[in-house]
Parts: sequence; C-alpha cells; structure tokens
Amino acid sequence: MSTTYQQPTERGYYGQFGGAFIPEMLYPNVEELRENYLAILADPEFQQQYQLLLRDYVGRPTPLFEAKRLSAKYNTHIFLKREDLCHTGAHKVNNTVGQILLAKRLGKTRIIAETGAGQHGVATATVCALMGMQCIVYMGEVDMERQKPNVYRMRLLGAEVRAAMSGSRTLKDATNEAIRDWISNPVDTHYIIGSVVGPHPYPDLVARLQAVISEEMRKQLLEKTGSELPDYVVACVGGGSNAAGAFYHFLEEPAVKLVAVEAAGHGIHSGHSAATSVLGKPGIIHGSRTLLMQDEDGQITEPYSISAGLDYPGIGPLHAFLADAGRARFISIEDEDALKAVAECSRLEGIIPALETAHALAVLGQLGAGPDDVVVVNLSGRGDKDLETYVKYADSML
Amino acid sequence: MNRIQQAFQKKGKGLLNIYFTAGYPRLHDTVPLIQAVAAAGADLIEIGMPFSDPLADGPVIQASSTVALRNGMNLRVLFDQLQGIRELVPDTPILLMGYLNPVMQFGVENFCRKAAAAGVDGVILPDLPLDDYVQEYQEIFRRHSLRPVFLVTPQTAPARIRRIDELTDSFLYLVSGPGTTGGQNTQAEGVQEAYFQRIEDMQLRNPRLIGFGISDKASFRQACRYAEGAIIGSALIRALEDTEDAPAAAQQFVRSVLA
Repeated sequence: MSTTYQQPTERGYYGQFGGAFIPEMLYPNVEELRENYLAILADPEFQQQYQLLLRDYVGRPTPLFEAKRLSAKYNTHIFLKREDLCHTGAHKVNNTVGQILLAKRLGKTRIIAETGAGQHGVATATVCALMGMQCIVYMGEVDMERQKPNVYRMRLLGAEVRAAMSGSRTLKDATNEAIRDWISNPVDTHYIIGSVVGPHPYPDLVARLQAVISEEMRKQLLEKTGSELPDYVVACVGGGSNAAGAFYHFLEEPAVKLVAVEAAGHGIHSGHSAATSVLGKPGIIHGSRTLLMQDEDGQITEPYSISAGLDYPGIGPLHAFLADAGRARFISIEDEDALKAVAECSRLEGIIPALETAHALAVLGQLGAGPDDVVVVNLSGRGDKDLETYVKYADSML
Repeated sequence: MNRIQQAFQKKGKGLLNIYFTAGYPRLHDTVPLIQAVAAAGADLIEIGMPFSDPLADGPVIQASSTVALRNGMNLRVLFDQLQGIRELVPDTPILLMGYLNPVMQFGVENFCRKAAAAGVDGVILPDLPLDDYVQEYQEIFRRHSLRPVFLVTPQTAPARIRRIDELTDSFLYLVSGPGTTGGQNTQAEGVQEAYFQRIEDMQLRNPRLIGFGISDKASFRQACRYAEGAIIGSALIRALEDTEDAPAAAQQFVRSVLA
C-alpha cells in the first residue's frame, strides 16, 4: 500500500518515518490498539458518543473568527480557528475525549498520560473525572514549575501528578516515565498520548481524533469565504497534534499551503532551541522513527523553548514526512518574537493566546500572503496558563 | 556451535549472566570489569551501551548510563576498549545490550563488523521490532555471526515465542514480570511459576535466562529452578556505586551470588 499524506502504511509509515520501535513488554498493548482502533473509530455507537461529547462537553464546533485588525495590519484575510474556546482551553481535549472512549471499549480501568505545558494533562484528567477512571499524569519537574496553574487543575480534577526527574525534566522525560509506567502495567492501563508521536498507531489515531479541526474549518470557510479551501493554514508544532488536526483535511489539497511553526528558542543555532525540522536527523524516539535532535552518537539532545508545549526534541512522523517531502513549509520562531505575538494578538483582537500558539501567530508577517489570500491560524490554546511568564516578560513584550 | 551455545552446553544449569554499563563508574572500567566478573565465575557478560533515553530500564541503569555518557562513553570508545578482549577472556560469551538509535547512527553494518571483530557474540536491542530485524538486520547479523537475543514477557503470545525461538541460536531473555529493569517483583509466585512452566512446556530450541528483578543469591537460585539461568544487572551496578575499586566490588558481588 502506498502512503498518502493522510494515511500511513499498515505498519505505520509515512514515507521513511513512523513504525513501532518498542520493547517486547509494550508489544501486546500496542498491538491490541493497532488491531482495534480503526474498527472502534468507525463504529456508529462510538461515533455517536464521541460527537455528542464534542458538542455538549467540549463545546464544538469552535468558531472560525475573522480577525479584522490583524488582517488590516498584515494586509490579508486572517481567520482564527478558536480551539482556545474548547473546554479546558486547548485542542488537546478533542483527542482525550476520543481516547477515553476507546480505552473503555478496550476494557481498561487506569489511564496514564504525559504532559508538557499541562494542557494535555488537564484534558486527560478532565475526561478521567468525567468517566470515573483512575488518572496518573507524568510531567517534567521543570514544567511543573513553569506551568503551576495546570498542576493545580489536574490535582483538583482528581489526577495524580508525578514529577519526571530525569534528563532535562521536561516533556521528553515525562514521556519516558509514562512509557515505563505502561511497561509496568501492561494489562489494565491505557496510555493516552497527547500528540501525533509514539509508536504506530498513535500518530494516526491522534491525527484522526484532531482532524475534526480541519473538518470544521472547511465548512466554516465555505460559509464565510465561498470556498472550502484557504490559501494558508498555519499551526505551531511541538509534537504536532494541533497542526495535524488543522492540516488533516487539506493534506491532499495541493493548493493549500501548510505552514508549521517550530520553536527556535534563543535562536536556531544557539544551542537552546527546539527547531527539530532544521536541527534533527532521522532517528528513533518514543517508538517512532522521525526527525530527531541528537548528537553524532545518536544520544537525544535536550531541546529548549520558553514554551513547555513545544519543548520536544522530535516531531510526529507525519510532520517529518511533510517536511521531507516539502508538503509543509517549516518556520522557526524565537522566544522573543513569540512573546511579541502574544501582546499583538491580545491588543488587536482581545484574545490572549497560549505561548505555543503565539509561535504560529508570529509568522504572519513572513508568509508572503497577498491582500486576497485567506490565512487560517489554528489558535490552539488560550494564554491563562502562561500568565506568570507574561508578567515576567511584560517589558519585552510590548 | 557458537560461544553462547558452548557456554550453555558446558554448564547446563545455573548460568549467571552479569550486566553492567560500559564506561561506568569510570570510563576505563569496562575491560577490568569484564575480566573481574569472568574470573569470579559469571557465565555470560552483557555490556550495556549507554543511551540517553533507555525506555526499558529502571532508575539504576538509567543513572549509570547518564554517568557513562558524561564520562565520554560512546560506541567508538567501547570498540576501542574491546580490542584484544578475547586474549584476556577467551571463552565467556559477551553480548552488547542497548537501544537502536545509537546503533543506527553508527551504522548497523559498521556496528556489526566492529562487534564481531572484537569477539562479541550477541546483541540485545529491546526496541528493535522482530519484523524490522527480519527485514533489515538479519542478513547483516548473520554475515557477521552475531546472534540477536529477544525478550519474552508473560504477555508474549505462544506463536510469537515460537517465532523468536526460530530467529536465534543463543538464548531467550525471559522478562520475569511487568516492569523495567531493577524493579521489585510484586507478582504472586504462582502467577510467575505458571508463566515459566508454560514456556518450559513449549520445548524450545534455545535455552532461557530469566531477567528483571533478580538481585542476589536467593532470587538467582529461585530463577534457576525455572530456567537454565538468570541475568543480574541493576544489583551489580548498585554494588559499584560508592567504591574506589569497581572490579574488586564486582568480583565480590558475583561470588556472593554464586556462593
């Protein structure tokens, strides 16, 4: 079977990227998921429950908002897909609602998750509360400090937050600890991965659950612009779940330019960056062959970004393939420019975006979009969780 | 017959496989440790190739890997250290254990050539899937007479165990229960016994070594009731933690297990 952008091969490959490089201890779990996920997702009863929760619990469809003042500034038509209005404040819940239903179908009673910015952790803790499931979230110790409000939210929702103390004590290490937990609890536990990373079928599963974003975009664009297809879709990429969802139904539409925005940290070549598409080489992380930041010996290097959600040394295999094939354009944005974009969106549109999302907003001036072009930015999350950071950098933002 | 098979044939039962991380506690402890554990009676030696993100390992081996990497260990250094090892330790099988990414970046063919030239007998890469091994690596491993060792867990289906058994001429690595390396075994004994018995009853071609959670004489003896032998890693590394003389501490540890 040949790969399309949307659909990986049966063994989970997008071009040379993907696969399932996992220890034997995880094999039965991952295999069980691989054998069942497509049938469960296609099942009418699952779909009915999923759609109902998306509507009444998550609050979908999220609006597609025409950002007139940003449009005037950049002399083009800018629309914001308001994922920040989802319950829990980001797109992450689209995935956790789907995966918790799937976990129940598989007879699992215990849920684990990793989290970087805490948005996926909160979204997981939320659906576990809703379904009455035990929830354990792994979070890097550094991230627990810089995203404190989300730690409190998870605890309030009844989840146990466990600090990942190894490595750079950020998202990569939280993922390692979640995988080790799964190895230790192979029968009763489902691992809700928060991004389009990990062994097959996770990248495809999460992309399908986030695809609702671009499905809605097409309908909303038709209504607002007379065409389902925009000229540009822009999204930030850490692991890449919001980008996967925003791109999904445009992947096979060559007229739509896809723009993925990574975190350049202090500068791409500063040694403090998370710009994986530039700095990465093919390698294996968390069970997937993808572009990976590593040294010449194949040791995974510590990424850096001011934004905990983009602070990851790999990208999902789908995105590695889109970068490799030239289907998506990858741009990196430094911390400082992301912070400026936070202020700009707040002042011009009255919307305070998350730090991750701000990276996507920061490329508006360099897209090359003309006055008649339609640009959709996936506004993946709201900035409440980042308020402490925004206070700290208030002087340099304005 | 390869060196691994010879070791099993010679001793039959009660084989002890000792794991330690290359370059730990100091960069140049690797070869003295090989000599020390072989002299103390270890029947096989498994050398860990340190990796930044060892998913199947618990805190002890993770920490030793971090120290080893900080000491400057990498595959080039390791293969340099192993040059001439067969003059010092002629008969004890040596296996390399690690993760796929460093091997991929080194080049699989290059890795196998260097390992074979050093006198390495087998390779354990827990995150190398069976299908990928067969399609991309088997031919290269064979050309260099390296044996893969695959893990089997209580959840591994019988047909898959048969397939694993067909793919090697070394041994099967029976993971004692759910968990990463160095953990406590929390299963009820009957559960574990039934799992080991189930594998025994399959009458496999390859002998079996039990690993994960084996830490001392008592747990080693217990494991040897259900398999040809067992593997100890984390407990040895713990014994090396606060010592000036790592080879002497290793020797003492191995003797305490075999006593």
